[in-house]
Amino acid sequence: MTEQPREQWATRTGFLLAAIGSAVGLGNIWRFPAIAYDNGGGAFLLPYLIALLTAGIPLLIMEYAIGRKYRLSPPAALRRMARPAEAIGWWQVAISFVIATYYAVIIAWAVRYVGFSVGQQWGDDPEAFLFGDFLRAPDTPGFLDGFVPGVFWPLVVVWVVVLGILAFGIRRGIERANKVFIPLLFVLFAALVIRALTLDGAATGLDALFTPDWSELGNGTVWVAAYGQIFFSLSIGFGIMVTYASYLGRRADLTGSAMVAGFANSSFEILAGIGVFATLGYLATASGVGVDEVAGAGIGLAFVAFPAVISEMPFGGFFGVLFFSSLVIAGLSSLISIVQVVVSAVQDRTGMRRRTAVLGVGGLVALVSLVLFPTESGIYLLDASDHFINQYGIALAALVGLIVIVWVLRQLPSLQENADATSAVRLGHWWRICLGVITPLTLGWMMVDSLRTEFQENYEGYSTGFLLSAGWSVAIGALLVGVILSLMPWPAGGEDIDLDMESPADRKDH
Amino acid sequence: MSTSAIIMMIISMLIVWGGLVAAILRLRQHPQPQDELPPGAHRAE
Repeated sequence: MTEQPREQWATRTGFLLAAIGSAVGLGNIWRFPAIAYDNGGGAFLLPYLIALLTAGIPLLIMEYAIGRKYRLSPPAALRRMARPAEAIGWWQVAISFVIATYYAVIIAWAVRYVGFSVGQQWGDDPEAFLFGDFLRAPDTPGFLDGFVPGVFWPLVVVWVVVLGILAFGIRRGIERANKVFIPLLFVLFAALVIRALTLDGAATGLDALFTPDWSELGNGTVWVAAYGQIFFSLSIGFGIMVTYASYLGRRADLTGSAMVAGFANSSFEILAGIGVFATLGYLATASGVGVDEVAGAGIGLAFVAFPAVISEMPFGGFFGVLFFSSLVIAGLSSLISIVQVVVSAVQDRTGMRRRTAVLGVGGLVALVSLVLFPTESGIYLLDASDHFINQYGIALAALVGLIVIVWVLRQLPSLQENADATSAVRLGHWWRICLGVITPLTLGWMMVDSLRTEFQENYEGYSTGFLLSAGWSVAIGALLVGVILSLMPWPAGGEDIDLDMESPADRKDH
Repeated sequence: MSTSAIIMMIISMLIVWGGLVAAILRLRQHPQPQDELPPGAHRAE
């Protein structure tokens, strides 16, 4: 049916930059600093490093090994392992689809805030500006209520850029873009950190972040937070790394690359922690309050606290452009990888050419994003979808996938053999213990912990009806879509479509 | 900054950034072989 050669990364550095670009995203900048601060400060480093070494890097290696071994996107690769496992792959694709729709929206906000920074258009009250003037959010969430052009147009730009890059393919699109994005992100963010460190009160902020509270290490929630941070920040569990590794050469290194990507991601998080808390220290000092009163995470940190700092400091406009441009670049390189999961899965499934898939499937993701989110209640929909798809999409799919691959299909020995044959660092028993015991246990614990909180009180105080329609239905919908797609019959000869250099006839001989 | 905060900041930077440098050096020592076409394979037009 189709025998296009599978695309391949031009260089190892190109693959690594793309993998790092995918892992380094908004969460590194706005989630890690607050998580570390809330969970023992300097003492958090210990559970964080243990989580990186016992869950983050082992999972990265497993995903790289699956992608490189089968050289297929997650649904097709899992189908090769065992026919029913394909459903997990499509579940991951559906999760990527959902995440892409709202992740792009935050990048669009950041694009607008690069401009707002110059004249500090948020005035004296950045919070009122964000929710009132800019997003026009009502007090209680509705659905598809009013169109917000100020979000729509930058969102169109974001989608044109992302789909444009993807249309150029792995080498000429994703690899080239990341070769520009990652060094640029580093330069911008390093400039931001240097500026932050020279502000009055920077030391107060760093003191708050790094002073260790060793008693927190006996607290189970701190360990759950460490594993959660590593898990969510590395872009693992929803098919990205399987997809990117499927474009590696057959003899490419896997384990050494996973270590570089894992440590690079954490290195950026430490840098972000320093930059964010030095800035918050300045804000706290200037406002005459404690750091605890200004410390926050997520949208509040980026779009409320940072604008307040920008207004306060000399040459704040420049600082704002650095910060929001960093968010845009970190976000774009992650969004590209998320959409690529969907594009690649559809290509492998149908044999569709890249550009057709990018315009068709990527276009569909963009359309959903453009219809649902530049609306007055878009922020609420985004918040609920993000929470539920993270907890009961990414984390649950990862847990189920891990149990199936490790315990049901018992694939680790063959994946280990495959990785060891070409890699810089040989895997030992520790790798199988981490994936077979430690990671499933911690993911399971995270799941129970999060479900318990869910049923204790409604997330963010939203109504049960809203949470059912914008949260639970999204997470459960992704699972159902995954199962349904896996049950659909493949086209004649479809099982042999691998966009690889081998013809179907050759493959049957193996 | 308190002494304990300074020590933890330096340790964090050394371990994580040092880990990155060590991982890069380890990987650089590993050769980067190019793929050969498998037997019977043919590139698409």
